[in-house]
Amino acid sequence: MAQSNFYQEGHYPSPFQQTWKEFRKSHIALFGLWIFICFVLILLFAPLIAPYSASGQDTEALLLPPAWDPSGTVVYLFGTDSLGRDMLSRVIYGSRTTLGISLLMVVMAMLIGFSIGAFAGMSKGLRASILNHLLDSIMSLPTLLIAIIIVAIVGTGLTNCMWAITLALIPQFIHLTRDLVRTEWHKEYVTAARLDGASKTRILFDSILPNMTERLVVAGTMALSTAILDISALGFLNLGAQAPVAELGTLLSEGLELAYIAPWTIAIPGAAILLMLMSVNLVGDGIRSALRYRLQQ
Amino acid sequence: MMTSYLLRRINLLLVTLFILTIASYALAYLFPGEALQNLSGQLNPNDTTYAALSEKYAMDAHPIFGFFTYLGHLLHGDWGTSINSGKPVLDEILSHLPATLELSTYALFMSLLIGIPVGFWAGIRFHRSVDYAVMTGSVVGFSIPVFWLALILIMLFSLNLGLLPMSGRISLLFDIPERSGFIVLDILLSDVPNKREALYNAFLHMILPTLSITIVTSAVVMRITRRSVADVIQSDYIKAAIARGLSRTQALWRHGVRNALLPIMPQIVMQFTVLLTNAMIVELIFSWPGIGNWLLQAIYQRDYPAISGGMLAVSAVVIFFTLTMDVLVRALNPLKRRDVHGTI
Repeated sequence: MAQSNFYQEGHYPSPFQQTWKEFRKSHIALFGLWIFICFVLILLFAPLIAPYSASGQDTEALLLPPAWDPSGTVVYLFGTDSLGRDMLSRVIYGSRTTLGISLLMVVMAMLIGFSIGAFAGMSKGLRASILNHLLDSIMSLPTLLIAIIIVAIVGTGLTNCMWAITLALIPQFIHLTRDLVRTEWHKEYVTAARLDGASKTRILFDSILPNMTERLVVAGTMALSTAILDISALGFLNLGAQAPVAELGTLLSEGLELAYIAPWTIAIPGAAILLMLMSVNLVGDGIRSALRYRLQQ
Repeated sequence: MMTSYLLRRINLLLVTLFILTIASYALAYLFPGEALQNLSGQLNPNDTTYAALSEKYAMDAHPIFGFFTYLGHLLHGDWGTSINSGKPVLDEILSHLPATLELSTYALFMSLLIGIPVGFWAGIRFHRSVDYAVMTGSVVGFSIPVFWLALILIMLFSLNLGLLPMSGRISLLFDIPERSGFIVLDILLSDVPNKREALYNAFLHMILPTLSITIVTSAVVMRITRRSVADVIQSDYIKAAIARGLSRTQALWRHGVRNALLPIMPQIVMQFTVLLTNAMIVELIFSWPGIGNWLLQAIYQRDYPAISGGMLAVSAVVIFFTLTMDVLVRALNPLKRRDVHGTI
């Protein structure tokens, strides 16, 4: 407590506030955050934002180029596809599906991974050793490969894909939680709590969890970007969401046949995936470096 | 110490491969359809073949006994036949796997060749304009979905500019007999009259697939390298070296490079598995006759013997590669040698 009057107003920012302060300093991370917020708004209010429905067809306007093309109209801002469906609306609904499902998968994987990891972190001996070895070999396989294999086994379809990717995401959360719990467990504040008679569950949720939330969030953003990439890759490979569902990867594979004459049906959904991934990665990077600076102080 | 470590790794490799074969055997029962058909790949066998197959895979015995019979067949190179092509699965895998390994190797080399120097440069200029430019580029680079990038490259270079071919490994005009499966090696081994043209043609076919994988992977390599170099540059021993009178370049070459690059070798090596998956997707787009393309076709056609064989082969390659690299890294990096029982 050498720096007790460091803050003259006597206000100590909480760790979260400190992280936010550091995060705010990076303009590019804030930019990513804004784009991400836009995507979340799209996720919540897609029916209000989209000018048309995702499957409504206009037979008068097949393969209409985007508005900036000389032969495009402003009625269909991003043009239409081969069935006369509005690309803008399809991309909006597609982003909603992709982001929504990815978020769901990450949250599920985080919950399951955290529980197993916490259990493994607090136990010792053979059980932990077996888990270590298993994790060792599973973590070396990329999630998409695991997901493709699982989809090959259980069959194609959006629900199967969701399970496959969730399963593939779990090991990294187990690993992170186990390592963090194990390092925190030997620190003095945990020992103090233990001496006070706190139970294991109580120590985990009251002492250790607050200290690892931010790490979990960073891992979560990384997992989110993996999940988005994987679900759209599986959609693109026709293993995931099937044709009538608007999903960004599926949109891409639908545009594939007419890529010669209608390049925008490929360019626009792909650009949407790129933008989404970029915003998630920027936010993740921002939080990570904010955390690093805070811990260095 | 090293021997015991090596033994542990080999043990882990064997156990993992064993688990994979169990999984592959279990798949035959989990897949839709009859287990015998999924194991052998024989569609609608008549009574005599059915009896023979049933005998061969010990279907009537206990599943554990059946598994060991299956394991015996696997070890003898009998992986069943593909329902699609009617050829033995192992032959199909061995003819497709080299194409993938070839593509991945080129892409890996290119990524390291671009990623490490650029990352190094950005790390030296930490928090200056070069660093910001490189970081921006790399965030875009590793956010690009690889399948979209491949499509955009095809549209740009093949359809619009007509510069580069968009599918296959070599023009059909060249008849290259398949020996090793690696196209460049095959051309060199073959006795076709116009070798030079064939090599040039194969090279043109390689550019786009390699480029699309390289862009994504080199962005990641760049980030890893930059972080490590930036950390090393700010470390005390570099400061001490400079204080003793070494110039910045000398200090970097003598103490920086090794200390910055060695710890990140495992991370960079791990990128190979991601790269392999990307290669599998890119193969489909460029009709590259590799294992990814083949495996995905097998999934579309529900060719179960091929799926389980392909899964076994791909995961075996990945696990074998990571474990070998793990051992190599440990042999190269003295800091890693101590904690044999340490964390992963």
